[in-house]
Amino acid sequence: MADARREGTAGQEISDVFRGSTNGPDAPKDERTGKGIEAKSIPAFVAGEALAELGDSDPRIVVLTADLAHANRTVDFAARHPDRFFNVGVAEQNMVSIAAGMASTGLVPFAATFAAYLALLACEQLRTDCAYTGMPVRLLGHHSGMSLGFYGTSHHALEDIAITRAIADLTVVCAADANQLRAILRHSLDWPGAMYIRLGRGRDPEVYGEVPGDFQIGKALRLREGADLTIIATGSEVRACVDVADNLAADGIEARVIDMHTIDPLDRDAILAAADETGAVLTVEEHNLAGGLGSAVAETLADAGAGVAFRRHGVPDEHVIIGPPAALYNHYRLDAAGIESVARDLIGAKGQHDG
Amino acid sequence: MNHPPRGTPEREELTARLRDRAKFVRLETVRLTRIAGAGHYTGTFSAAELFAALYYAELRYRPEEPDWPDRDRFVLGKGHAAIGLYPLLADAGFFDSALLDNYTRLGSAFGDHPDMRKIPGIDFSSGSLGHGLSVSVGMALGARVQGRSFNVYCIMGDGELGEGQIWEAAMAAGQFQLGSLVGIVDRNHLSIDGNTESIMGVEPLAARFESFGWKVHEVDGHDLEAILDVFNALDTAAVGPPQMVIADTVKGRGVQRMEGDYQWHVGNLVGADYDDVVAEIESGLRPLVPGGTGG
Repeated sequence: MADARREGTAGQEISDVFRGSTNGPDAPKDERTGKGIEAKSIPAFVAGEALAELGDSDPRIVVLTADLAHANRTVDFAARHPDRFFNVGVAEQNMVSIAAGMASTGLVPFAATFAAYLALLACEQLRTDCAYTGMPVRLLGHHSGMSLGFYGTSHHALEDIAITRAIADLTVVCAADANQLRAILRHSLDWPGAMYIRLGRGRDPEVYGEVPGDFQIGKALRLREGADLTIIATGSEVRACVDVADNLAADGIEARVIDMHTIDPLDRDAILAAADETGAVLTVEEHNLAGGLGSAVAETLADAGAGVAFRRHGVPDEHVIIGPPAALYNHYRLDAAGIESVARDLIGAKGQHDG
Repeated sequence: MNHPPRGTPEREELTARLRDRAKFVRLETVRLTRIAGAGHYTGTFSAAELFAALYYAELRYRPEEPDWPDRDRFVLGKGHAAIGLYPLLADAGFFDSALLDNYTRLGSAFGDHPDMRKIPGIDFSSGSLGHGLSVSVGMALGARVQGRSFNVYCIMGDGELGEGQIWEAAMAAGQFQLGSLVGIVDRNHLSIDGNTESIMGVEPLAARFESFGWKVHEVDGHDLEAILDVFNALDTAAVGPPQMVIADTVKGRGVQRMEGDYQWHVGNLVGADYDDVVAEIESGLRPLVPGGTGG
């Protein structure tokens, strides 16, 4: 144990997760070397900037965070609108209730912190003060899923979809990338009631080359056409599923890919059409298999009596092992290679079903 | 708000009216509890004078325009005292008092805890203890952001102070210098299981809030003259220390069999007991029985 405690790398890696390492595999883009990830593809890092722009013309917008202004870049809003930015310190429950009180006076508050502390720690404030009251509070839960890697279960949010979709009068939306997040934020301004917006780690690869003009809350986006199966994904898993579809196409398997960005209200028509037209449905999410997107889709199919080859793919009902995020996605088969193997299994099952 | 000074005819008239309205709160609480079959008598009785002083003297509001943006806000942190608040809202003109005859019945707007989406005059839904002060902080910040000058009043129970979120909100109010925020603790000394100090003590209460940056005012919460004096003494600057009123009260005040008895937190009077209690309330507050559990 003593040896484990003396390992010197943990501090370095922790700062990488928060601020972006200078030389890590997912470091911000270095213009000189061309290495790294484009800043615009970092959803959690554009919320502050996007809200600052929206805030120029909408004085109702206020932003709160709980001592994570740099990690979630709400400092970019604070720099432009210092009188409308509130850092409440390490007090997430207080933040959510304060946001609700602000909303009751006519403001549209955006409250941002780790998803684990919005949807789990402040769950009851979210329900009772935001959803039950119909307050237009927008909760930005970033670093959702297991994206905080070796921080471990205390910092993971693999239950937040299940929790939030069980709350009445709470809209639940997952952002797949930076451009979609921009669309979500803009559409949220006049959406009635409270909203939970699930964000990834802030390093999620690009899905949308530009802000999707056809984005509507509650209306799934079809990213790829195909007749052999449908992959329904949300948030951080959408890009990997597009890549999987490309790989399958090389073998003559055509997969429809649906970005189910809105979990509640769920686009049931898109699900039933997929079942009817492709005969096989695979759901993919960075979430516990209990209660998330897969469960929501399964309920929809079962309620409609739709007989279809079906798989839910996500994190098993366990506390995930320690590891860096990329290693965890590989371990739990939530990277493109892992998803592809599950998709091929499902295609096989569909063949037996048909035969 | 400036209330007339002691000794003036205006003040005597006001105090008499508040005394009558506090009695009205207690009588309506007893009546509505009988409709529901169970109710929170004692934690409502301890706040009866505070309710009356707030709604008939201190708060600025417009019953004909419940959403008036510049109204003072009132948050009932201890939402279980709503049974005493509803009759005041009806009496003030927010809604028809006949609606209360359906209190807690299937489909009623009026449950044991208040719902802002269903009841005009309720500024925020409550019931889950510990949230109200945070919500009130948010309202005060909302006033600041929008350049409005309303005050925010939040009544908390003393048992409620066991919720950690109260102290998160207390820190934030001090940090943000929310002088327009007025907290009121209904210090009735009893939570559900007994005396607060024997379960989870809140003392030294004034010193605790002072150490969080609040200006603390202590008052006898059943003495209407003293309550009006405290309201006159509030320093509700837009930027400045938040104001805390610690109102020393007696749980169950006004009905001797309930005074200082934690077992009456929830109850239901039937038969002759009901008539006796109504008659006792009608006769006004009597001197406290020595040796009670309460203040």
